[in-house]
Amino acid sequence: MALNRKIAYIDLSTGDVQTRPIPLEVRKKFLGGRGLDAYLLYNHTKKGCDPLGPDNALMISGGILTATCASATARTHIMAKSPLTGMLGSANMGGFFAPELAWAGFHHLVIKGKARNPSYIYIHNGEIEIRDARDIWGQSVTDSQWAIRQELGDEEVKSCVCGPAGENLVRFANVMTGVKNSAGRTGMGCVMGSKNLKAVAVRGTMDLEIARPMEALEYNKKFIDQITSAKVNQTQGTLGTPFIWGATNSWGGVRTRNFQYNQCEYADDIEPERIDEICEETMGPHHMTGCFGCQVHCRAQYKIPEGPLAGKYDEGPEYTSLGAFGAETDTPRAVTVLTGNHLVDQFGMDNLETGSLISWAMELYELGIITDKQTDGLDLSWGNDEAVIEMIERIAYRKGFLGDALADGGIPASKKIGKKSFDYLIQVKGMSNLHSDERATPALALNVATASRGSDHLRSRPAIDLYHLPEEVLRKIYGNPIPYDGPLSSEHTEYVGKPWQVFWQENLYMGVDCLGICKYHTVFLGVTLPTFEEWSKVLYYNTGIEMTPEEIWNVARRCNMAERLFNLREGLKRNDLEKGDMLNHRYFDEPCRRGALDVVGKMIDKKKFSKMVDELYEHQGLDKNGVPKPETLQSLGLAKEPSHLL
Amino acid sequence: MAKILYIDHEKCTGCRLCELVCAVSHDGISNPARSRIRVLKWEAEGLYIPMTCQQCQDAPCLNVCPVKAISQDMELDRIRVDYNTCIGCRACVSVCPFGAMNFNTTDRRVLKCDVCDGDPQCVRFCDVKAVDYIEAGDVAIIKSRKAAKRVSDAGNSELNI
Repeated sequence: MALNRKIAYIDLSTGDVQTRPIPLEVRKKFLGGRGLDAYLLYNHTKKGCDPLGPDNALMISGGILTATCASATARTHIMAKSPLTGMLGSANMGGFFAPELAWAGFHHLVIKGKARNPSYIYIHNGEIEIRDARDIWGQSVTDSQWAIRQELGDEEVKSCVCGPAGENLVRFANVMTGVKNSAGRTGMGCVMGSKNLKAVAVRGTMDLEIARPMEALEYNKKFIDQITSAKVNQTQGTLGTPFIWGATNSWGGVRTRNFQYNQCEYADDIEPERIDEICEETMGPHHMTGCFGCQVHCRAQYKIPEGPLAGKYDEGPEYTSLGAFGAETDTPRAVTVLTGNHLVDQFGMDNLETGSLISWAMELYELGIITDKQTDGLDLSWGNDEAVIEMIERIAYRKGFLGDALADGGIPASKKIGKKSFDYLIQVKGMSNLHSDERATPALALNVATASRGSDHLRSRPAIDLYHLPEEVLRKIYGNPIPYDGPLSSEHTEYVGKPWQVFWQENLYMGVDCLGICKYHTVFLGVTLPTFEEWSKVLYYNTGIEMTPEEIWNVARRCNMAERLFNLREGLKRNDLEKGDMLNHRYFDEPCRRGALDVVGKMIDKKKFSKMVDELYEHQGLDKNGVPKPETLQSLGLAKEPSHLL
Repeated sequence: MAKILYIDHEKCTGCRLCELVCAVSHDGISNPARSRIRVLKWEAEGLYIPMTCQQCQDAPCLNVCPVKAISQDMELDRIRVDYNTCIGCRACVSVCPFGAMNFNTTDRRVLKCDVCDGDPQCVRFCDVKAVDYIEAGDVAIIKSRKAAKRVSDAGNSELNI
């Protein structure tokens, strides 16, 4: 059963492998997935450890419900100290890796040390071996996975790999599985590369008993019906995440030309319907695909329709690639987006970070802060499609001054470039912001500023704040499982009540990440989707663990606090522009220039923003500096960390 | 009239929920190795094909069984295994042309699709109905209609209509 899935400790320097059961008391405190990884990270790394050194610990895990009879338990979580931010490194991906890991007997891997030669780990029904990867090193994300299958003579092997970007220590390299599933933030692929670890390959046929199989099956049906009946998921299932991009761009929430505009004009060629047309033309009418067990099937299949890579197969492009290679760089052309998306997938590199840094460099080029000398003659003018494609490759292979500088991430690059370049860098904690523009949405601005892994939209974003839901509906959602009678506002340009929404979403997303379920199956984009109450049942039917919705909420709070403790240990300071819960000055100084009437002219009020941070800290049990109060740690059972339970 | 499992692989999203619910509903266990339906994948091309028992009319598994443990159930139009008679010789596994007769190494016995006694769980859970349960006589007309549309589309594009 799920509870007998083990944790393995693998030391690549010595070749030592140890496996242990995960005690029930640890499960009840952290469940699994990202939450337990956060605990492991804090316990298995020392303060100030070099993210690219052998002492950094790389965690790979599935959630406690992975491969059980619960919907879309496909998520694989990766955690380590981030080589991009120097703080929490954490990334999550769909696909089929985590379930296979569970069928191979494991839920959590802790990988330390550094292999002498390029290596990969092979896990097969409880057995773990470290194998030579010298022949595979240098290969693309997909080629390396198929090569491993060929070497092992098993087409059912699932691997997570780092691509050339990870090998070249690009600090925002992904860990990837399948054609495009990407654990794509904070540079977890770079950590793999630094350990000479090309891949983790798994194959499992071990029984995973379901505690109450028939009840689990029937409840799963209900759960799935709840998920597929949501209009937002039906739209995701036909247009994929580009639909969110189209919707966001329509009202003026998409960063364009780095941060100059908040809406991409002349974008017909990358609107979701146009992307869908290309997918249909190249892959036929049934071109949507899904992750393990998921009925949302939000991932499109396509072939690049024209250009130098015409005919290449890939999946996506997601919301982020449209922003990264379309809007931010002002190159709203389908072929550029689809080609850029394919390249980052093959190199194994974060599309979001890549596009954001290229658009930052384009703005610096426009301002004369960088010139043809730094670009080696490449014309980095806005809208230059070829330059965008060229820069992707330069970054992945660290070519030229600029490719090499950007491969180190925004803050180190700004130090090399100098001349106020940092002022134009749209980042939090050293990680680039998503292409979305939060100047008109204080709740979302608070979310990106305070997210645990640096600027991020998947850690605490109250996306439903944009729907202007009636207050009584908001109360119903945000008042469970913990009562809340403070202010709430239906207005997305407001500041009141938003800290509670961010706090609630932070715990919701941590909960779903501990279970190993996709965020599209909870209140992220849809308001009617399962949350703590449903999770309590699904957890019981599948694992036999009895936990109330409140208890799951408390686990989520504990795990979020473990992440906070790690960040504080590694230098988080509230208002620090490089390592704090703070936004770039442009959020406070430059008003939105495009979009809907209630968006034009909007920017974030710094005083009100600061008050929101105060309130959020209060909800989280932190003091004014963002440090947990002793009683908070006491109540969450984290007063004596590291406690080395595992 | 008995129904059959009808697979339209073009609709398959490759999620493998069918494998999960098949194993859980039959054995109470999550393990694709226990599933009576398997999704074969060519990920590099985005091709996913669910495969399961065809319930053959002249079934090689039935013909080869040395102890006559395999029989045809006309009511549900299926081939079934009588586990009280089965000796686990796996002759059926080796002759099945579709790889649909499987062998579970934990329970040490063969397994195949039994259409869940008329309520196939793979169909119930497949949202896109890449696996469907329909009247056997309806299969050809569905395929004909699709083919006709393709022919028509091809003609139209040739005539530039």
